[in-house]
Amino acid sequence: MDIFGIPLPALLSQVLLGLVNGAFYAMLSLGLAVIFGLLNVINFSHGALYMAGAFAAFIGVTRFGLDYWTMLVLAPLAVGLFGMLVERTMLRRLHDLDHLYGLLLTFGLTLLLEGAFRSVYGVSGQTLDVPEALAGATDLGFMILPNYRAWVVAASLAVCLATWFVIEKTPLGATLRAGTENPKLVEAFGVDVPRMVTLTYGFGVGLAGLAGVLAAPVINVTPLMGSNLIIVVFAVVVIGGMGSILGAIVTGLALGVIEGLTRVWYPEASEVVVFVVMVIVLLLRPAGLFGKETQ
Amino acid sequence: MTRKIVYAALLLAALLAPFVGYPVFLMKLLCFGLFACAFNLLIGYAGLLSFGHAAFFGGAGYVAGHALAVWGLPFEIGILLGVLAAALLGLVMGALAIRRQGIYFSMITLALAQMVYFAALRAPFTHGEDGLQGVPRGTLFGLLDLGNDLVLYYVVLAIAGAGLALIVRTVHSPFGQVLRAIKDNEPRTVSLGYDVDRHKLLAFVLSAALAGLAGALKTVVLGFETLTDVHWTMSGLVILMTLVGGMGTLAGPVLGAFIVVALENKLGDVGRFLAETTHVEWFASLGESVGIVTGLIFVACVLLFRRGIVGEWAARFDAHAYRRRADL
Repeated sequence: MDIFGIPLPALLSQVLLGLVNGAFYAMLSLGLAVIFGLLNVINFSHGALYMAGAFAAFIGVTRFGLDYWTMLVLAPLAVGLFGMLVERTMLRRLHDLDHLYGLLLTFGLTLLLEGAFRSVYGVSGQTLDVPEALAGATDLGFMILPNYRAWVVAASLAVCLATWFVIEKTPLGATLRAGTENPKLVEAFGVDVPRMVTLTYGFGVGLAGLAGVLAAPVINVTPLMGSNLIIVVFAVVVIGGMGSILGAIVTGLALGVIEGLTRVWYPEASEVVVFVVMVIVLLLRPAGLFGKETQ
Repeated sequence: MTRKIVYAALLLAALLAPFVGYPVFLMKLLCFGLFACAFNLLIGYAGLLSFGHAAFFGGAGYVAGHALAVWGLPFEIGILLGVLAAALLGLVMGALAIRRQGIYFSMITLALAQMVYFAALRAPFTHGEDGLQGVPRGTLFGLLDLGNDLVLYYVVLAIAGAGLALIVRTVHSPFGQVLRAIKDNEPRTVSLGYDVDRHKLLAFVLSAALAGLAGALKTVVLGFETLTDVHWTMSGLVILMTLVGGMGTLAGPVLGAFIVVALENKLGDVGRFLAETTHVEWFASLGESVGIVTGLIFVACVLLFRRGIVGEWAARFDAHAYRRRADL
């Protein structure tokens, strides 16, 4: 069966590839939105920490002989701890200043992290093997489904939805949302807001680290993999707006699929299609699809 | 009075510099100085953090280089075309980016500049990864041979000086005052009846055009243009230059540009020196680790040194300037 001259299996495999990318967009923009909500900081180093997560998995598996599943837990924890350290020692000092300084600080951290990994691993890519349990592919009849890709999409979706559930439906999330609205008042109720901020930042970048581990077996692990991705994720955030958690997830996945479909019909444009969508959204709905305009 | 003496001394130093230093390196410093000042016009006076200025710098460089190398146009026309291209690009990017404020503005400029980067990577006339090579310098008005480093130096000095003068004039004009008002309190500026968007857009186009002038000049000076100039790291570098020198000061960005460019060029030497004196092998590779060093300076500046060199100096010795900039 063909759709506009493209065989269905080829089309579906590109959609799946788009979903994989979209899952990464969703996880990263979700982390950015959570961090922005509480810290008012756009975390430029999000991409670099995603890269650090992928390298942590690579180092854990090749150097220390740990397996993928252990690193799936350890790498995000390590990235999260690093993030909490950064928040405690650096970001906290900028809290009362213009938001631009947070962006500039995290940009500097990005250069620092990329430079550090570059001086050790160079610019050429490393690869990580797909774990045995998820190797191979399943024949669905209408298409061949690589197991690992299915796992990436399922795992990221589960993590995103769990995050959404915790933030929107539990008492913990209610405190968090209250802290976003009015930190002074929440503090007056006896909540340790500075600790909450630290933990939130740690969680947000931990998500980036987790995305990095999930990505490691399907892409080339290079020191620059993060910054190329973060610029696209910024566009995703501009499109979706950072007001809504569910909005960030949906926008991320949808743009991944749009990118995948573009690769089928017009491959040259697939690198820029997200930016083109951003331009269209800015023209038609300047506040973003799910955004409430804030300063 | 002291001010006049300082300016006269600076002018004299600029005129005599090519007899002491290497003219091509000095011209590169001038180009980056102008680039940083153009960027500072936005962040320092209108409070807009553009993360996409590489698009104008590199974009104009490609257009000017193509006009000179392929179309064989004279120097003046080539530079002018580069500036026009940057201004036009600035008009489009600015019109889109000012639809959102604050942090979103920065993200939009970054994303749009990334589009320009991909365009430069794929377009045939930029020669992709190889870059645009062999850009001739030509002659100025058919009279002055720009192939001579010394002649070109004075031409670049004059053009960069004119660019700086334009920025100084803009900052002190009524238009510049409105920009400052927008930076300090945008809603109030709106309620005073100013068309904030039009002011922002005009500032953005002016900044883009001047950044383009710097990029076009740099292409002619070095004779080539590569993807480095349109990459986001270049946008980051110009932010660093401005931050090191002092945002919102007139002299700061020039000083910052000199420091950052000199540091990039001499980092290898510094590393080798450190490796020899301390016997730590790692320092020898410092030349390849520009990212680590620039990243460290970035973090240190933001945490400890937000006013930049000129800003700190003004805060210490000029109480009036300190009060004005107390918001930092």
